[in-house]
Amino acid sequence: MSKETMSTIKASPASFASSRRWLLWSGIAALCAWVLVPIYLVALGALGGRQGVYIWPKTGLPTGISLEPFILFLTTEGVVQSFLNSLGAAGITVALSILLGAPAGYALARYDFRGKDSYRLLVLLTRAFPLAILALPLTVSFIRLGLYDTIIGVGLIHTVLALPFAALVTQGIFLGVPKELEEAAWVFGCTRVQAFFKVVAPLALPGIVATAVFAFVISWNEVFAASVLTVRNRTLTAYLLTVLSESPMHYRFAGGLMLILPSVVFIFAVRRYLFAIWGISSK
Amino acid sequence: MTQNRPWIPYLLILPSVAFLALLFVVPLVQTIWLALSDNGAPSLANAERMVTDINFTRSVRNTFLLTIVVVPVQIAIALAMGTMVSKVGRGRETILWIWTIPLGISDLAAGLVWLSILQNTGYFNSLLFSLGVIGRQASWLSYQTPIALFIAIAVAEIWRGTAIVMVIIVAGLNQVPKEFKEAAEIFGAGPWTRFWRITLPLIRPALQSALILRTVLAFEVFAVVYALGGRNFPVLVGEAYNWQNQNQNYSVAAVYAVLIMIISLAATLIYLKALKVDPERLP
Amino acid sequence: MANIVIDRIRKSFGAFQALKEVSLTINDGEFVSLLGPSGCGKTTLLRIIAGLETSTSGDVRIGDRSIIGLAPKDRGLAMVFQNYAVFPHMTVYENVAFGLRMQKADEARVKAQVEKAAGLLHIEPYLDRYPNKLSGGQRQRVAVARALAVKPKVLLMDEPLSNLDALLRLEMRTELKTVLQSAGTTTIYVTHDQTEAMGLSDRIAVMHNGVVEQVGHPVEIYNHPATRFVGGFIGNPPMNFIKVPVSNGQVAAGEEQLAAPKDVGNEIVLGLRGEAVELAPLPQGLEMKVRVAEPMGSHLLLTGSIHDQPVRVILPASETVKSGDTIGLKLDSKRITWLSPESGRSIPAVSA
Repeated sequence: MSKETMSTIKASPASFASSRRWLLWSGIAALCAWVLVPIYLVALGALGGRQGVYIWPKTGLPTGISLEPFILFLTTEGVVQSFLNSLGAAGITVALSILLGAPAGYALARYDFRGKDSYRLLVLLTRAFPLAILALPLTVSFIRLGLYDTIIGVGLIHTVLALPFAALVTQGIFLGVPKELEEAAWVFGCTRVQAFFKVVAPLALPGIVATAVFAFVISWNEVFAASVLTVRNRTLTAYLLTVLSESPMHYRFAGGLMLILPSVVFIFAVRRYLFAIWGISSK
Repeated sequence: MTQNRPWIPYLLILPSVAFLALLFVVPLVQTIWLALSDNGAPSLANAERMVTDINFTRSVRNTFLLTIVVVPVQIAIALAMGTMVSKVGRGRETILWIWTIPLGISDLAAGLVWLSILQNTGYFNSLLFSLGVIGRQASWLSYQTPIALFIAIAVAEIWRGTAIVMVIIVAGLNQVPKEFKEAAEIFGAGPWTRFWRITLPLIRPALQSALILRTVLAFEVFAVVYALGGRNFPVLVGEAYNWQNQNQNYSVAAVYAVLIMIISLAATLIYLKALKVDPERLP
Repeated sequence: MANIVIDRIRKSFGAFQALKEVSLTINDGEFVSLLGPSGCGKTTLLRIIAGLETSTSGDVRIGDRSIIGLAPKDRGLAMVFQNYAVFPHMTVYENVAFGLRMQKADEARVKAQVEKAAGLLHIEPYLDRYPNKLSGGQRQRVAVARALAVKPKVLLMDEPLSNLDALLRLEMRTELKTVLQSAGTTTIYVTHDQTEAMGLSDRIAVMHNGVVEQVGHPVEIYNHPATRFVGGFIGNPPMNFIKVPVSNGQVAAGEEQLAAPKDVGNEIVLGLRGEAVELAPLPQGLEMKVRVAEPMGSHLLLTGSIHDQPVRVILPASETVKSGDTIGLKLDSKRITWLSPESGRSIPAVSA
């Protein structure tokens, strides 16, 4: 009798806890599916080819897929070139935003100077503007300067998007390198420049690489400015946008998959830094 | 030592200032001039042309509706994700990685992903068909089904844009010391009260920057709309794109740009005022 | 010769004066502590000597060479930082060798000096490891070894033990003293911990509000504080300050008459170390009302009042005094410090 009461008393909170646990995990699973299933489905579409599009009703199972349709898409005229153009523009964006942004981030992290707040305001102000729109007036200037319809031009406007981000994030990264380490290097015989390269740079490097990856993703994904500023030298996004209405469905899906894959790999590569970086840059 | 060479920080920020001046401030001023002038004289002719265009009212209404629907849902999902993942020990990293995948996906790719699901022979129709809800293929993305199209675009935007909100909010939650919640629990606050009275006020800065970022991005919505609905669903940036590329009328495109900037800035200011962050009331 | 002359150093941050004309001379091979509460300017002074901070005015000379305006690397000194500042991306060996490498010392000398410093601080087993695999105490040893390896003329230490737990701190203190005594380096040591300063130093400079209040041998500072602040900051319990009336140049302590210094008004502050008393019968002794008696094992701590002013005194553990008692105390007249009630500075006693 007493044994029985004991067990009921013990069982009810436990089952309550386990049902909450179950609820929690099914919520998490549902949200994971919400993210992953659409990507799986577009991959099916991209690998299913022309026939795959018209199968009705679809089962959602990976039947009748092969890499062939995707390779066919890759060999379509303009795809490889626009892929390379996207890489080029993203490369320029990464180089410029780090080269220009990291020194600014270092200055913000290490110095108190008059105008620091104004500079931060300028950087934050860019966030309140739909920056890609600036491509519109730049068309005229770029035509005059010979930058219109070039990868350099696209890289420049993408740097406007990535640079404020890079400055703020690298500020946080440099703040994360204790000032005492730098001072110790000075005391033990380094000049400022030596101390930076011997002590600060190696410790900040992983964070800077993560920032670079973000700059890459920003450029890789940008559609509007790239479409406005190019005619023949399209980036992949701009190319897909312009051929969208004339393309068969499975080409569109293949294009979508091709846009997604590199980004997913990159996000995976920097996953450890995601939260630190956004914790910093949202301050 | 620090004060010996006061020019060092200025030297470090100079490249980025020069860059932003040339490619952010100058085009900004140019856009405003281009929008508010006609043949070199100040004029509202372009604005008039924009306002009288048949797509203008629809694009304003559509953009606002999308923002009003999408942003709150994203914040709600992100808060749910943040709360759930805070209860998870093992597997937390993997879950967070999966949830951040859309961060690397462009709006164009997101549009294409959902196109594969929602097109006439797509997975959504297949699902409804096999459940017996519909008898034949239904169309969701045509101009005849504006509400379905709106919902489709909103879903695609929510799918893609929640990740960034989630990252900012989780970064904010990570900074809230566990002791606050534990103290509230000891004094008898239930989970719901704890969330509203303790967690939410403490992550206000993160919430604020997530709202600003997402709202500005929501007013820039473009490629996802284009990929799903073509020109069936006019939005502000899409109209700017059409005036620029199809109609080759840079001035009206510039008026759209100025309008989007004004809306974005106004939204930012409203958030800054409404969600005033008092540094003294944060831990 | 590496004596250090600090000559009228001033430092202000905006309107705030962190250092107000600080002057101090440190002899070759001497160990001097800068002791004071946080915000007293001791760390600022150390950083000015290191070249990590600029002074507003004044001069610092090491071995008669002015070093103001030189970069830290050209000052010929080494430093141990509060958070150790051990480079996390280098092995312990590379850390200790860092200063020598920067001097472009040849590899044989680097090896010899690293091994010697590592030997002194018992870190040879860790030379190949990275600092994040070490405990706080071990990192501290690495930081000290790195400083000693360059054989500096001057060694600066900024609260080097404050991040260690109490037991380890005691151990490291003893060890530091052994190591530094054999090295014979001129050392400036910043701390807020009086026991560290007392235990390690040849001389202590007590700082308060940007001013050096007193410089002297630890025992001298303890027994004869120059100001009320020094007496109150040093010693546990702190020195008692009792305002007493002066009549005919004499101060009454029970039935005993103590000679007050010359030329004072009708009041003076009597500075009394808690242990400079012994029990005496009333009314012969000075009356003390005991509020709380705490037997501490090694001694008996009494908290109460004399002349209605709060005091703490220490008696041998064998005495039996209870809370609420009224007792008589005989004061050790040689260990009394007289202070001016107005300025709080000490007044020389009349020599007996």
